Amino acid sequence: MATGTNYILGVYGDEEIVLKAIKRIRDAGIKIHEVFSPYPVHGMDDALGYKRSRLPRVAFIFGTLGFALALLMQYWMLGYDWQMIIGGKDFASLPPFIPVTFELTVLLSALGMVFTFFVVSDLKPYKRPVIFDRRITDDKHVIAIDIDENSIGKEEISGIVAETGAEEINEKIFE
Amino acid sequence: MEVVSPIRNPLVTGAKTVGDVTQDICVRVEAKPPKTWFMALAVSLSVLAVGTYTLFFTLWEGIGVWGLNKTVGWAWDITNFVWWVGIGHAGTLISAILLLFRQKWRMSINRAAEAMTIFAVICAAFFPLIHMGRLWLGAYWVLPLPNTFGSLWVNFNSPLLWDVFAITTYFTVSLVFWYIGLIPDFATIRDRAKNKVSAAIYGALSFGWTGGARDWSRYESVALILAGLATPLVLSVHTIVSFDFATSVIPGWHTTIFPPYFVSGAVFSGFAMVLTLMLITRKVYKLEDYITIQHIEYMNIIIIVTGSIVGIAYLTELFMAWYSGVPYEQYAFLNRATGPYAWAYWIMMTCNVISPQLFWFKKIRTSLIATFVLSIVVNIGMWFERFVIIVTSLHRDFLPSSWAMFYPTFYDIGDYLFTIGFFFTAFFLFAKFFPVINMAEVKSIIKSSSTSAKAEK
Repeated sequence: MATGTNYILGVYGDEEIVLKAIKRIRDAGIKIHEVFSPYPVHGMDDALGYKRSRLPRVAFIFGTLGFALALLMQYWMLGYDWQMIIGGKDFASLPPFIPVTFELTVLLSALGMVFTFFVVSDLKPYKRPVIFDRRITDDKHVIAIDIDENSIGKEEISGIVAETGAEEINEKIFE
Repeated sequence: MEVVSPIRNPLVTGAKTVGDVTQDICVRVEAKPPKTWFMALAVSLSVLAVGTYTLFFTLWEGIGVWGLNKTVGWAWDITNFVWWVGIGHAGTLISAILLLFRQKWRMSINRAAEAMTIFAVICAAFFPLIHMGRLWLGAYWVLPLPNTFGSLWVNFNSPLLWDVFAITTYFTVSLVFWYIGLIPDFATIRDRAKNKVSAAIYGALSFGWTGGARDWSRYESVALILAGLATPLVLSVHTIVSFDFATSVIPGWHTTIFPPYFVSGAVFSGFAMVLTLMLITRKVYKLEDYITIQHIEYMNIIIIVTGSIVGIAYLTELFMAWYSGVPYEQYAFLNRATGPYAWAYWIMMTCNVISPQLFWFKKIRTSLIATFVLSIVVNIGMWFERFVIIVTSLHRDFLPSSWAMFYPTFYDIGDYLFTIGFFFTAFFLFAKFFPVINMAEVKSIIKSSSTSAKAEK
């Protein structure tokens, strides 16, 4: 007997139908576990009520860090740790430090954001993906509903999903 | 909901469905490659083999085997470096700047163009590395690493050091940007995989991507911010490359026009290389429905724009040399146009200023053969531009007694062949094992910009 998580999957072939379906399923008071698509669908976040990602802020924070570290490194190395006279100029001055500062700002911002993305979305090379349907990465959109998360029964959920224009309704059990 | 423009031509032709996109692209990865692919790979590997021999010899003997002399201290090495970095710029322009401008025609060419960027930047990086001579000692010459001389740190006032940071950052960010885009497509290949080995390899490469809406939302944020970061980055890279020359006091190099002039030249040559590669890929892989004549025309229009900017820059340089009233500056330009390297100058002028103007004719810019020929002409012209800037400014220096000519040796040519061989080998391997078109992005415009969508409305 299966003891794992039990899902109802609504399989759709069109992004417009899936967006309408999400609205109807949510209006019926059913909690959606996640919707899977082969490509980013415009308006999906709003339909599911997801908040905008905070990753741009992460990028800003890492960028600021890169900016500060780059300036600190250059001022410390050339202005303090080992002073050198180069062309009779000041040991440390801002204008020639700007290119490296800019580059390190961009570098840390990009790497920091992408690393954070991998962590929050749990993406890693050795991850075993939980695949609800192999056609998701081809051409099907799948609405996954966790039966245990909802108060109403399996048949009732399937009935509502069927009304929304799903091409197929499947059940999937993960151990 | 999706808006289907009644005026614009479809970006995906041939009544493709979302499923067709997966099939058309994945089959290239899964099937045995065509004979032409093996032939092309064999040619590029032979070029790489010749290059590997000369590169080994260059490292063994030192860079004295090049044709450099005490007057001309930079020649093919830095010419090739600037040429390769410039080529890389088109990929970032397509994937980042066109993303910010919401140009959907980028979607079917950005994957291959970014791959080209990454390989071109690797080729570019070879030259500064080799020209350090003993490059295995180079880490603490170019990176701020603690050492036993003090620590004596690198000189942050030097544009050559800015280059190190610019190129490294550019390479890293381009690679990351490209990889993020590849993750969903690797997942597609993983889910179709018939055998265990490819399922495991593409499974690892796909990072466990499942296509959930939360992940897509984050993915889009990340792509947008990376595009926003890559845009000033790509402009900064060639600006800093131009600083290598512009911050010096050599007549012919010491000009403020260099940064914008180098950046537009970079985009110009980059698009030419994208066209060279895409026209071949399109033909061999039969991608005519994804890379349409429309795409080629758009790229040719960018070539006209950037080529004209380059042309204006050449004329501005000449005017400023005259207007500055500095005899050394004036001589540098007179010598370029009429001196012993005049042939190189006029090749540059013909290839870069005159030839792209042919694209004003719609017949020419929509012709595949004309585009292919002109794309190669532009690449030759842009190589000569860097050669002219570097060698003609150096070969007649401040002391007439040390005036000299530069003649390339077998090793100059061989080391250049090494990068060409590497570039094409890498690109052919990419074209076989990676999805050459960004499937997820192209799928997202099937509803709005394909012939099937247009027909429905």
